[in-house]
Amino acid sequence: MTTVERPLGAPEIGGIGHSVKRHEDARLIEGQGNFLDDIELPGMLHMAILRSPVAHARIVSIDTSEAEAIDGVVAVVTGELMAEHGLAWMPTLSGDTQAVLATDKVRFQGQEVAAVVATDPYVAEDALELIVVDYEDLPVLTTPQQALADDAPVIRDDKEGQEGNLVYEWEAGDAVATDAAFAAADRVVSLTTHYPRSHPAPLETCGALADVNSVTGQATIWLTSQAPHAHRTLFAMVAGLPEQNIRIISPDLGGGFGNKVPIYPGYVVATAASLLLGTPVKWIESRSENLISTGFARDYYMEGELALNDEGRILALRVRMLSDQGAFYADAQPTQFKAGLFHVVTGSYDFAAAHIVCSGAYTNKAPGGVAYRCSFRITEASFLIERLVQTAAYELGIDPAEIRFKNFIQPDQFPYETPTGFVYDSGDYPTALSTALEEVGYEALRAEQAEARAEGRLIGIGIAHFTEAVGAGPSRQYDIAGLKMIDSAELRVHPTGKAILKLGVKTQGQGHETTFAQIVASELGIPVTDIKVEHGDTDNTPYGLGTYASRSTPVGGAATAMVARKLAAKARDIAAHLLEAASDDIDMLDGKLFVRGTPERSVTIQDVALAAYTNLPAGMEYGLEGVHYYDPPNLTYPYGSYIVVVEIDAETGVWKVRRVVALDDCGVRINPMIVEGQIHGGLTEGFAMSSMQWITFDPDGNCIGSNFMDYLVPTAWETPRFELLHTSVPSPHHPIGAKGVGESATVGSPAAFVNAVVDALAHLGVRNIDMPVLPDRVWAAIQAASS
Amino acid sequence: MFPSKFDYVAAASLEEAIAAKSEGGEETRFLAGGQSLLPMMKIRLATPAKLVDINRIGGLDHLQRDDGHLRVGALVRHAQLAASDVTFGAVAAAAPWVSDPLVRNLGTLCGSVAHCDPEGDWNSVLLATGADVVAHGRGGERNIPIGSFVQGTFTNALADDEMVTEVRIPLPSGPSGGAYLKLERKIGDYATVAVAAHLVLAGDGTVGDAGLALTSVGPSNIKVTAAEQMMVGESPGEELFAEAGELAAAAAEPHSDVRGTADWKRQVVRTYTRRALAAAVAQAQAS
Amino acid sequence: MEVNVTINGTAHAADVEPRMLLVDHIRRVVGLTGTHIGCDTTSCGACTVLVDGTPVKACTVLAVQADGRAVTTVEGLKSNGQLHPIQEAFKAEHGLQCGFCTPGMMLVGAALIEQNPAPSDDDVRWAISGNLCRCTGYMNIVKAIQAAAAGAATGEDK
Repeated sequence: MTTVERPLGAPEIGGIGHSVKRHEDARLIEGQGNFLDDIELPGMLHMAILRSPVAHARIVSIDTSEAEAIDGVVAVVTGELMAEHGLAWMPTLSGDTQAVLATDKVRFQGQEVAAVVATDPYVAEDALELIVVDYEDLPVLTTPQQALADDAPVIRDDKEGQEGNLVYEWEAGDAVATDAAFAAADRVVSLTTHYPRSHPAPLETCGALADVNSVTGQATIWLTSQAPHAHRTLFAMVAGLPEQNIRIISPDLGGGFGNKVPIYPGYVVATAASLLLGTPVKWIESRSENLISTGFARDYYMEGELALNDEGRILALRVRMLSDQGAFYADAQPTQFKAGLFHVVTGSYDFAAAHIVCSGAYTNKAPGGVAYRCSFRITEASFLIERLVQTAAYELGIDPAEIRFKNFIQPDQFPYETPTGFVYDSGDYPTALSTALEEVGYEALRAEQAEARAEGRLIGIGIAHFTEAVGAGPSRQYDIAGLKMIDSAELRVHPTGKAILKLGVKTQGQGHETTFAQIVASELGIPVTDIKVEHGDTDNTPYGLGTYASRSTPVGGAATAMVARKLAAKARDIAAHLLEAASDDIDMLDGKLFVRGTPERSVTIQDVALAAYTNLPAGMEYGLEGVHYYDPPNLTYPYGSYIVVVEIDAETGVWKVRRVVALDDCGVRINPMIVEGQIHGGLTEGFAMSSMQWITFDPDGNCIGSNFMDYLVPTAWETPRFELLHTSVPSPHHPIGAKGVGESATVGSPAAFVNAVVDALAHLGVRNIDMPVLPDRVWAAIQAASS
Repeated sequence: MFPSKFDYVAAASLEEAIAAKSEGGEETRFLAGGQSLLPMMKIRLATPAKLVDINRIGGLDHLQRDDGHLRVGALVRHAQLAASDVTFGAVAAAAPWVSDPLVRNLGTLCGSVAHCDPEGDWNSVLLATGADVVAHGRGGERNIPIGSFVQGTFTNALADDEMVTEVRIPLPSGPSGGAYLKLERKIGDYATVAVAAHLVLAGDGTVGDAGLALTSVGPSNIKVTAAEQMMVGESPGEELFAEAGELAAAAAEPHSDVRGTADWKRQVVRTYTRRALAAAVAQAQAS
Repeated sequence: MEVNVTINGTAHAADVEPRMLLVDHIRRVVGLTGTHIGCDTTSCGACTVLVDGTPVKACTVLAVQADGRAVTTVEGLKSNGQLHPIQEAFKAEHGLQCGFCTPGMMLVGAALIEQNPAPSDDDVRWAISGNLCRCTGYMNIVKAIQAAAAGAATGEDK
């Protein structure tokens, strides 16, 4: 399989492959975006949440009387009040329960304890200070290892029969075959690493504006939601409101990155408050609240081992993983997989045996883990295998690029079934890596590195070649809370030849109003600027599971292509009627439908659209529209080769990035400009996590990283420049050959950055520095190696 | 996210400002740039009862060389210092690195100095250059040498009724150079470690006057007098600066925290001291 | 307290508490929601506006401090129905994805190119180092600001 550049089609149609300028920009560049906090409703009240200052404590008493007495305070809501309505606890997307407002205990610093509803947000905050909560401290568990110790106190003593803090155990692969391969191996290479806690921190925080109208029974809830339909269904189940009366409107979102997938207590309390008070209630969290309490990412402790032969061929992989789930198990991931798609950890390599054992523990921290462009834990998996392979290169004395070439799944092996059951659809890994290596000048760099080492200078070249598995997913394997992970598209063409496309997915900046229109433009020949894309309003769009884990193009994009093809088939029938020909003889190109062989006998798609309302043959249904629900036959498997060059200041451990060369293959690229923008963003996240961006805790459970002074997001000054390349091996099963790409760079790049720093120190015997690779850690590693 | 309630007055004159402060005492704070005070008020770490806004007062925005000093008025913003051609040495080197460009447009050097944050950049520069702080109170004006002005963490020598109206940095008497090397995790963060170096060369090329001060490695900015005194009269060079680096590392009192271990911070002090002095002497020799 | 602020050329008089932050005044009292709030530690710059032409973080300025001053928000970039070159450039160069940081980035960019008609990559990165973006990785924001400078220099409309 090789790169395929598909024919572009006329630029004025703006179909797939064109870097069409974005439709959504018009309002955003004029400051006319409609973000949640921009929305005002008459009589709207403002809600603020009181959060626990301590990580684990019994609630002895809550006194809200002083808070209630302030002028402008309309209500103070406690867990007790929520409990009266059966809403003090709610189900999570992982089949656990989560406190909405604490009743018995608080289980993490920042947990929701009470809420104030007031006429003004400043007043609401004043009132928070007057709520008096008496806490009785309990011992704090800040790591999963502590939590799983024999004598550890039970965090979830609210759950009947809960003994200890184990959340789940899960495994994949074949223990017997793997053990046998290890026993027979010439070499075993191991790596123990912690992928630290991070947070998506989209620039817009989470919030809800709930308007429950007691007269009409309608509950309109504006919500920062990446999955509005799923959220509607869950709201119906949790709040007991009839689903046809719930309308979730996810407006313009200022980023999501997985942070806007969970249902947060604030959403539930705001809705309950609106229901009880009969007025709209807005809750918009502060940045500190966002960082301390909403869905974090990562926090996986991983031990990996590779069994190899002396030539460097991988024979088997063994992984033990322990995850920190926080106080409630609230990951949004397919039900069957307790560690998401972590078992894709065999990566881009061809070997027969693997055994992955995963477990998770409760700790006194915020709930979450699956977030931040992780593709359901593929970030963690990809990081581990790429770090392991790099380690094996050093241990066996093989060049890190060469060991990858030796072990790659070859182009003629696709579709390739991995030892843990993924069926990779297509790819040409050797071409990708060799192209990237050539672009970066790999051989010259290795020569430069050798010279530099002789002078005591430290230059490193880091490689990562990742394979992702995105587009969840086939109904036989994938569901979230029982909802199958299909997605949908509804398309209607108007009499004047313009169209409206309604989607089940929900963009947070990825440009769906442009890219999905481009798919329709390609299939029907309607100019992209004539197509309006509607998304986020559950009353006006077909059911979908939303946008995260890079699933929009693989599933929603497929649905769009399929519905457009249904309309194309009808368009051919209408054209045949207009041209007095047979449908089978009609071809379509760039918006013209013509009789094959006689292109002058043609009509335009606009002619066809008009005819759909004015002139159809007897027996044909009027209108030109359809809906398609797409159940993908498989995931799609984008991949890439990333090369990072760094230089370390040996005296201080400070490292700087010299170059980043990133080659991505996401199959057919709908809009190259937008694809590249996604890669730039993901590479920045990889750089950030590898160098500075993490959340940690002190022994008392105080969160360090709960504001932007402590949780470090790089500015344009620290962020490196990126050089992008691409290849394009289509997905054979996807209707337009496209694979997802939104998360590729976040998944693949952290290992490239870390591998670069380790590579700079490998000759000193350094094999691992955990992220974030802080300068003091680098310096300490150099010191330890020299002693 | 929002400050608690307070009263506010925009003072039209220095006298009005001083009078309002004297009346209010500790619970009344001056507002210049507000880029340190307002963030603290927004998270309610500071809850003054009254703010006296000094931004409308005339005669406080001078940035000029005068009377043997670089005079920086209370309303001079960091951005002005960064763009100015009257600054020199460590002052010029530090200005662009204070906080971020937006904060620099409003924040003032004098406000920063009065704030006495051990992680603040300016006090190290002032300690290295031997500056004075001019304070105005009900009783009139007085000059406070920076060493006496900085008393501890967020603690300055001002009396309850006093306001900083100016900082006076002595202009060097001979060929001089300075540097400010700041290791920060990202723009906008405070220094992990920073070193301010100031050297004036004597006629024979030896060190005539030396200033060396450290940011973020103690309860307040640290003036490394041992190194300064050691260098005077000596020929500048690698060995001298290495020795100064050792003395600076010994004088530092870093804590281990999320930014790094204490040992490593000392190493950065050691390294950056050497490099800052080398940069300072290169500038001095070129001038 | 009475405060008179000119916003995008229009005078606005209001009675506000001293503690009212300029960003909240702009968003909720004046009703211009293009200026955004992204953090609570003066770290992100989503709230950037121009006060008398100078970019500042409106979340760390009191509305009363803006009394008698001229404020420009993103809504004031367009003039006489024409987009500002910076706005055209952001669209042309894909300088925005979710759009939340964009108003602040554009205002800083507009102020920069007025001072520096040919900013280098480093010049731009330095100028926007008080503004965070989570989506773009900054590459196209830098391109957009440089393109706006070039376009504005030749008087070209994109």
